[in-house]
Amino acid sequence: MKIDRRSFLAFVFGGAAGTALSPLPWKLTDDISIWTQNWPWTPVPPKGETTYVASTCTLCPGGCGIRVRRVEDRVVKIEGRSDHPVNRGGICPLGAAGVQLLYSPWRVRQPLKKVDGRFVPVSWDQAIGEIAGELRELREAGAPEAVAWIAETDRGTTAELIRRFLTVYGSPNFIRTPSAQDAWETALYLTQGQRATAGFDLERVSFLLSLGSGLLEGWGAPPFVFRACGALQDRNGRFVQLEPRLSKTAAKAHQWLPLQPGTEGTLAFGLIHVILKEGLERKPFVATRTAGLEDLKRNALREAFAPEAVAQATGLEAKTVVELARAFAAAERPLAVCGRGAGRVPGGLQETLAVHFLNALVGSVNVEGGVIAVPEPEYIRWPEPEMDAVASQGMQTPRVDGAGSERYPLARYLLNRLPEALLQGEKPAVRILFVSGGNPLYSLPDSERTAKAFSRIPLLVSLSPFLDETAAAAHYVLPAPTYLERWEDVPGAAGFPKPLIGLVRPVVAPRLATMPTGDVVIRLAQRLGGTLRAAFPWESHEVCLRQTLAAAWEPLRKNGFVLDESFRPQPFETASRKFEFGNAELKPLAEFRPHPAPGDPGVFKLTLVPYDSLRLTAALGTPPFLVKALESEILWKNDIRVEIHPQTARDLGLADGADARLITPRGEARVKLYLTEGIRPGLVGMARGLGRGAHDRYLAGKGASANRLLAAVEDSSGFEAGWGIRARLERA
Amino acid sequence: MDQPKNKRYGMVIDLDKCTGCGACMVACMAENNIPFRDDDTDKLLSVSWMHVYRLSNGKPFPHAEECFLPRPCQHCEGEHGHSPCVSVCPATATDYDMHTGIVSQIYTRCFGCRYCMAACPYHVRQFNWWDPVWPEGMERALNPDVSVRMRGVVEKCSFCYSRYQTALNRAYLEGRRELSEEEYQTACTQACPAGAIVFGDLNNPAHRVHQIVKPDLAHGGRPRNPKVFRLLERLGTHPKVYYLTRRDWVRRAGDNEIQKT
Repeated sequence: MKIDRRSFLAFVFGGAAGTALSPLPWKLTDDISIWTQNWPWTPVPPKGETTYVASTCTLCPGGCGIRVRRVEDRVVKIEGRSDHPVNRGGICPLGAAGVQLLYSPWRVRQPLKKVDGRFVPVSWDQAIGEIAGELRELREAGAPEAVAWIAETDRGTTAELIRRFLTVYGSPNFIRTPSAQDAWETALYLTQGQRATAGFDLERVSFLLSLGSGLLEGWGAPPFVFRACGALQDRNGRFVQLEPRLSKTAAKAHQWLPLQPGTEGTLAFGLIHVILKEGLERKPFVATRTAGLEDLKRNALREAFAPEAVAQATGLEAKTVVELARAFAAAERPLAVCGRGAGRVPGGLQETLAVHFLNALVGSVNVEGGVIAVPEPEYIRWPEPEMDAVASQGMQTPRVDGAGSERYPLARYLLNRLPEALLQGEKPAVRILFVSGGNPLYSLPDSERTAKAFSRIPLLVSLSPFLDETAAAAHYVLPAPTYLERWEDVPGAAGFPKPLIGLVRPVVAPRLATMPTGDVVIRLAQRLGGTLRAAFPWESHEVCLRQTLAAAWEPLRKNGFVLDESFRPQPFETASRKFEFGNAELKPLAEFRPHPAPGDPGVFKLTLVPYDSLRLTAALGTPPFLVKALESEILWKNDIRVEIHPQTARDLGLADGADARLITPRGEARVKLYLTEGIRPGLVGMARGLGRGAHDRYLAGKGASANRLLAAVEDSSGFEAGWGIRARLERA
Repeated sequence: MDQPKNKRYGMVIDLDKCTGCGACMVACMAENNIPFRDDDTDKLLSVSWMHVYRLSNGKPFPHAEECFLPRPCQHCEGEHGHSPCVSVCPATATDYDMHTGIVSQIYTRCFGCRYCMAACPYHVRQFNWWDPVWPEGMERALNPDVSVRMRGVVEKCSFCYSRYQTALNRAYLEGRRELSEEEYQTACTQACPAGAIVFGDLNNPAHRVHQIVKPDLAHGGRPRNPKVFRLLERLGTHPKVYYLTRRDWVRRAGDNEIQKT
């Protein structure tokens, strides 16, 4: 066959056209893309049977019900339980990221002991034995009160086991981590005589007045509060947010009133002033169910709380104050709440009292749509333990934090005062400190001073599942399992208006050589022997839990929670059986004293106000999903961005995104600026939760910690009342 | 059994209820095996199927207002399924499913040309510039129902298609061909603690999403509810994600051209 030019071209072009029309090039492209995408290092999650386990989330005090999805023995997702009264299927971002805490490679794998400044792994037997030895020595030296224990909560069997251990050992120093509930519980006790936690019947409110509470930023049980705020909108109710910056809560409120920070209490008294002066109080309630109104009148009707004076202090207009008071008093079901941000700081007791008085004046106390005193659960009824002479003597000594002393008779726990107590004297008052919650070395204000105080403790034992800031400074780390690997009873849900017990159950077998805190307590007691061993007849925390709950165990195990549907608010238990605006105990608190921000306004022209975000945690390490979801207005590369008003920035000659040094009387941090119209001029808004010294590579070393820049501020009752500090910004 | 009717799955997000908490983002990350990196602060490079934007009314203090806008894939219907991304994909890696109204993304077909990213007016598509890497042990939390994407491909929200398949499988096993409203819900809808997201079939008048939006199905599903709007409505992409608000400035922010005038 002769190949001429014509047939050659026909072959080439025909071949090309034929190939193009055939599936070959597309198939090849497809194959190449498949080949280049099937790298062996791209994980292929193994398939398996999917099951769901109902449990309770303990990442915050919210007590939401969760539904954990497992594939074989792996946890793949955490969802909200749709049949749970608190969250009704919703879940907050932290709750949804909980799986990452379980599988975090930065968890503590076995007990650690610090030798020459470095952690070495030890066996549980050795760790418990050595710590028990130290405890025995201290007790034999006759100083059992030099032991203290910081726990997340004072509720539930784990907390009771700790308290029982300390009691029989001879120390009164059980310390709960602080929260806004400290002030609320004290306010309820003083005015209503009830030992109870404050529940807020938000679902039935028609006018919600929030004095700085971050209702949509972690206050209470987030899904419960979110749902209630949404429902308030559906009902055409009103929601007013008083806060110096346009937080997410303020952005969602019907009205944002940007008052001067720290003047919330003054404003509450200003509203009381208007209500009393104009006779707007709910007369039937005030006349029949309250006492001591004269005392309140004497205080609130002073000129200092007249609308003009309040306007001067708060930066709002006098007209606004008057209108707000009238609208609040006229609403069908008004409710005022306080507890700044996520409510992790008690705030001043007087401020909480002022807000509580405001609620009482409009009849919103212990009624539908009001503040409800939710009694503490009483299912833990163990026989009184036998105490020896050392224990009895130790229990007579005053608490190291001063709570319940002559100076601070109202407070039950004052963790914020511990650093100061530790810094006193030649030898620190605490020789052995256990920390099973709260991560105080990060979460307390004035971090440097706190670290210095804690470093004086000869034996610091952390029971954290993670190597957090406190664990990193500890002498022993006894890792606890995460909430997905253990049993736990969770009495009550923060701010929820009904008594509730939730159950935490192991969703997977413990992954690491961990031990639940309750078991550590029992093991320590067994090692110490004598009265201590006798006080703990249970072989494990789980057995203790089953026996304690007795008849409630089966329903709780089956359902995951027990809700007292029939609960109705209990009558007041004061001497007068009424709500008391004034009495002997309230007398020293009558004259309201605001707490100015520490620092010299001459040197520090600005004021730093920390704020909370649901995408950052306060004590616990923030999981990687949340760090990823964090707004670039808060974190940019490794720098925290602080909010300032454009006018403030102009005055300082600084632009958006500029690097700056944020200086306070307590410390200094490198920050980047974020200019926003959503903050009062003269303020610097800074998110809490960054600047972590420990944890994983997704979180550690990013941004700066607000707590490092803040100072501890104590109110007359001993509670932490700080809300900010004077500061200045300098070009970096 | 009868052939099931065509669905038009869509979503309406109540912007007055959305608190911007980010639970939808995290629930989506957990459900759909979204990878994370040491530094995810540059949101243009960060892969997230759901992103919550912050809108501002631009007024000075104290009249400033903010609103949060969660943005999943808008699952545009375009004209007869010609959504912007589907019409440009040279690899047929993305497709409009007439049975569900879901815009799919087939990772193994995608060769990473990113034409779809350029075509999408909503920035919902993201490119995997890096290999997905999980810290040791954390790959245990990966969901086997959703494949892990590799470096070099584009990905986006699928309205949790795996949850649709799971629900459909279960229904078939029980001898049903139709899913009830609550049987198929996306992870973000389920997680939203504010109850701001409603998901369902826009074709079905019994579904809440239909009742809220009141879509005009003859005209690309335009909302008849005056409080409901879609992003960049004038482009004619006919998205199936609707937004609900009573604030005018937020509605105007849904179209940057309108805002200029």
